Amino acid sequence: MSFTSISFLLFLGILIVLYYALPKKIQWIVLLAASYVFYFFAGVKYFAFILFTTITTYLVTTYMDRNNKAKDAYMAEHKAEMSREEKKEYKQKVKKKNRLWFVITIAVNFGILFFCKLLLIEPFNTWAAGTPGISFLSIGLPMGMSFYMFQSMGYVIDVYREKAEALRNPFKVALFTAFFPQLVQGPISKFEQLKESLFSEHRFDRQAVAFGMQRMMWGFFKKMVIADRMAIAIGGLRATEQTGVAFFVMTIFYSIQLYADFSGGIDIAIGIGETLGIKMPENFIRPYFSMNIADYWRRWHITLNEWMKTYIFYPINVSGPMLKLSLKARAKIGRLGMRLPVYIGALLTWLGTGVWHGFNWKFIVWGLINCIVIVASEELSPVYDKFHNKTHLRDHKGYAVFQIIRTFLMMNLIRSTDLFENVGLYFKNIGSLCWNFNFHILTDGTLGKIGITTADYLIVLCGVIIMFIVSLIQEKTGKSVRENMQSIPRVVRYIILGAFLIIIIVFGYYGIGFESGNFIYGKI
Amino acid sequence: MKKKLIAIIAITVIIVAAALLFFQALLVPKYMGEAFKEGALIAEYYDNAGDNDVLFVGDCEVYENVSPITLWEEYGITSYIRGSAQQLTWQSYYLLEDMLKYEKPKVIIFNVLAMKYGSWKEAGTKAEREAYNRMSIDGMRWSKAKWDCIQVSMTDEERENGGAWSYIFPLLRFHSRWDEVSAEDWQYLFHRDQVSDNGYLMKTGVVPVEGEYHDMPLADYTFSDLVIEYLDKMRVLCEENDIQFVLMKAPTLYPIWHDEYEEQVEAYAEKYGLVYINLLEHIEDMGIDWQTDTYDAGLHLNVYGAEKLSHYLGQVLMDECPGLEDRRTDESVSGKWALKVEKYMNRKNALEKGE
Repeated sequence: MSFTSISFLLFLGILIVLYYALPKKIQWIVLLAASYVFYFFAGVKYFAFILFTTITTYLVTTYMDRNNKAKDAYMAEHKAEMSREEKKEYKQKVKKKNRLWFVITIAVNFGILFFCKLLLIEPFNTWAAGTPGISFLSIGLPMGMSFYMFQSMGYVIDVYREKAEALRNPFKVALFTAFFPQLVQGPISKFEQLKESLFSEHRFDRQAVAFGMQRMMWGFFKKMVIADRMAIAIGGLRATEQTGVAFFVMTIFYSIQLYADFSGGIDIAIGIGETLGIKMPENFIRPYFSMNIADYWRRWHITLNEWMKTYIFYPINVSGPMLKLSLKARAKIGRLGMRLPVYIGALLTWLGTGVWHGFNWKFIVWGLINCIVIVASEELSPVYDKFHNKTHLRDHKGYAVFQIIRTFLMMNLIRSTDLFENVGLYFKNIGSLCWNFNFHILTDGTLGKIGITTADYLIVLCGVIIMFIVSLIQEKTGKSVRENMQSIPRVVRYIILGAFLIIIIVFGYYGIGFESGNFIYGKI
Repeated sequence: MKKKLIAIIAITVIIVAAALLFFQALLVPKYMGEAFKEGALIAEYYDNAGDNDVLFVGDCEVYENVSPITLWEEYGITSYIRGSAQQLTWQSYYLLEDMLKYEKPKVIIFNVLAMKYGSWKEAGTKAEREAYNRMSIDGMRWSKAKWDCIQVSMTDEERENGGAWSYIFPLLRFHSRWDEVSAEDWQYLFHRDQVSDNGYLMKTGVVPVEGEYHDMPLADYTFSDLVIEYLDKMRVLCEENDIQFVLMKAPTLYPIWHDEYEEQVEAYAEKYGLVYINLLEHIEDMGIDWQTDTYDAGLHLNVYGAEKLSHYLGQVLMDECPGLEDRRTDESVSGKWALKVEKYMNRKNALEKGE
C-alpha cells in the first residue's frame, strides 16, 4: 500500500475517523492495529522480521530496565553503607550483566539487517533467489527494515545507557517499532522524541488535522508532480552517453528528484503524524540553502545523521581506547594526533552511513568522499578564516549566494555516485566534465527524447520555482508556509488549497504506465 | 462563525468538485476520430434502448459484420449490437445484464470468437487489454453489472494502479492526457455524435484477401472454465427472462476458428438445445466475395459484406427463432426505424464519397 495510492488514502481516512471516534485511551492500540494492517499489505512474509525485532527489543529493554531499577533501589537503600569504590564496582557489575544481552540483541538484529542487505548483492543474491524460503529476500529488504531497526536499536542503546526508561507494555514497544508513517522511509525517531506524543491521548484538533493534510498535500506535490517526472528523464539520460553536459544535467535532475522524492515522502509521513496529533522529528531543513557541506549534513536526512552521531560517532570519540590513542598521538605528532579519534570516528560513521544505504562500492565511496570533504574543511577552517578576514568576502551578500551555489554543486557531484553501479564510470564521467563537454546534447534535441515532453519540463520548472519560493519563505520567516497562510482570508486560502489539489490530480505522475508510488529511500 | 466556516468549506468543495468534473470531461478520450470510434459504441446503446427484438453481444465480429438496418429493411427485425473491441465473454455477460434493465428482447445472439480467450492475458498485451477494457466498460452506466464487469476484467497492472477507482473517476486514468488535449476534446466536451447505426460501425473501404491465413498450433484448445462459467451465465439469464439464446460465429477469416473450438461450441449448443449459426460454413450461400466485401483482407467485412451477411442471417433468424416477427407495419417502431434507415443511407453515401 503506497502512500500515493487511493487505497492508502482510504485507509488513512478510516483510521482518522476511528482514531478520534473511539475512546482516547485506546488511540495507541488503534495505531498499532493500523500499523500492522499497513505492514501486512507490504507482505505477510516480512512480518516475522519486524516481530522478531519488537520481541527482542521488548525483552532486552525490560530486562535491563529491571536491573537498573533494582540497582538504583539497592544503592538508595545502602547509600550510607557503601563506599565510592563499592558503588562503582556495583554499578559495573550491573552494567556487565546488562551488557551481555544488550550486545547479543544488537548483534543479532543488526546481523539480520546485514544479512538481508548482503542478499541484495552478488553472488549472495543469486544464491538467495534459488533458495526456498528466503528467495523473497533477493528482491528487496523487508519494508522499512533499515528504518525500524535503527529506531528500535537506538531505543535499546538509550535504555542500556539509562537515558530512557523501558516501556513495560510489549504492545507499546510494537507500536514504537512499527508506527506506519515512519516505516516507508523514516524519519528515524529517537525514543525520547516520539514517546510523549505517540502514547498520549489526543483530542481532535481541526487546525492540526488541517495542517497535517496540507503537509501531506505538499509531499504529494513534490513526489508526484516533480520527482516522478524527473525519474523518467534520468532513466532517459542513462541511455545517452552520460558524459560532459549530459552527466551534469543528469546530476542536476537527480538532485531535484532525490530532494522532491525523499523530502516529499517525509512531508507525507510527518503530515500523517500531524493529522493524528503525533509529532515526528524533521528530516530536512532546506538543505539546498546550505553554506558548506557540514551545514548541508545538518539539514539533510537529519534523523539518520543524528542517529549516527549519537550512537556511533560520539561513543567512538569518547571511548577509552580512543582517549588513550589521542594522548599518545598528541605526544608524538601534536594537534593532528589529538584529532585522530575524530578522524577515525568520522571515517567509521561515514562508512556506516554508506553501508546503511546498501552494500555497494558506490555507497562506500560516497561515504568516504563526504568524510574527506567534511574533515578537510574542518581542518582547513583556520586558513579559510584568515582568508575571509583579509578579503572581507563574508561581508558581501553575494558571497553567501556563492557559498550556497558552490555547496549545491559539490553535493550534486557527490550525490551522483548513486546513479552509477560502477564507481569507475562515475569518476570517468566526472573527469569528462573537464575534457568531453558534449554541449551538442543541449541543442540536438537529446533532452526532448528522454521520456518527458517540453510541457513536462515546464511543469518541473514551475514546481522547482514553487519549492524554492516556499523554502525562501520558510528560511526568511522561520515559519511554515501553512502558518504564514493563516493571515490570508480563509476563502482565498481554501481556493489556493483546492487549486493545489487539482494540480496534483491532473499533473501528477501516477496510474497505468507510470512507475509511481515507490520512494527512492523506500528501497534502502 | 461556525456556519460561515461550513459555508466556505462547502463552497470550496463544490468548486473543486466542479473543476475536477470539468477536467474529467475534457481529458477522457472521446473516440470520435476515425481511428478509435469503437470506444464510443458501448455508451451509444442508451439512446437506442427500449424496443429491440434481437440483441447482439460480442467483439468486432458483430459490430463490423452485421447490419441491423438491413435486418429491419428486409425482415422487419428490430435489433441492436452491443459490441466492443475485443469484448471478452464475461464482458458480454455483464453488458447483457445491463441491457436487460432497459428492455426485454426476444432473442440474444452471442458471437463465440471471444471464447478462445480464457483470460485477459491471452487477449493481447496488458496495455492493449487495458485499452480494450476501457472501450468495453467506460461507456456503461453505473450499475452492479458495471462494477462486477470491472472486477472480473481488470488486468494486474490496473489492479495495482488504482483498481476500480480509475473506473469510478476516469480522471485518475486519463489525467496524463493534459498535454494531448485536441480540438476534438473541446468539441465533444459535453456531447458525443452517434458513430454507429444501432451498434454497427460502418466501413466502406475494400482491401481484398490475398492468400490464406495460418496460425501456430496451440497446445490446448479447450475453452477455459471462466469462459464456460460466463457462457452458462448468459444462457441461464436468457432462460430466466424467457429469451432465446443463440450462438453465432461470424464468417471472417482471421483469427482462425479452429475445428477444436467448433466441436466444443457445437457440443454445448446440442447439450442445451441452442441454435448455433456458424456463418463460416455459409460464405458461398451469403455470396460474400473476399475480393470486394472486406475492408481489411478478410478480418472484417465492409458494409457490402455486412449487408449480404445480414440478408442471409435475417432469414435464418426468422426460420429458427419463433418469437421473432416482421414489425415493418408496427407503427410504434416503423417511424423511428425509417429515420435510422435515412441516417444509415446518408452515412453510407458520405463514406462512399470519402467525406
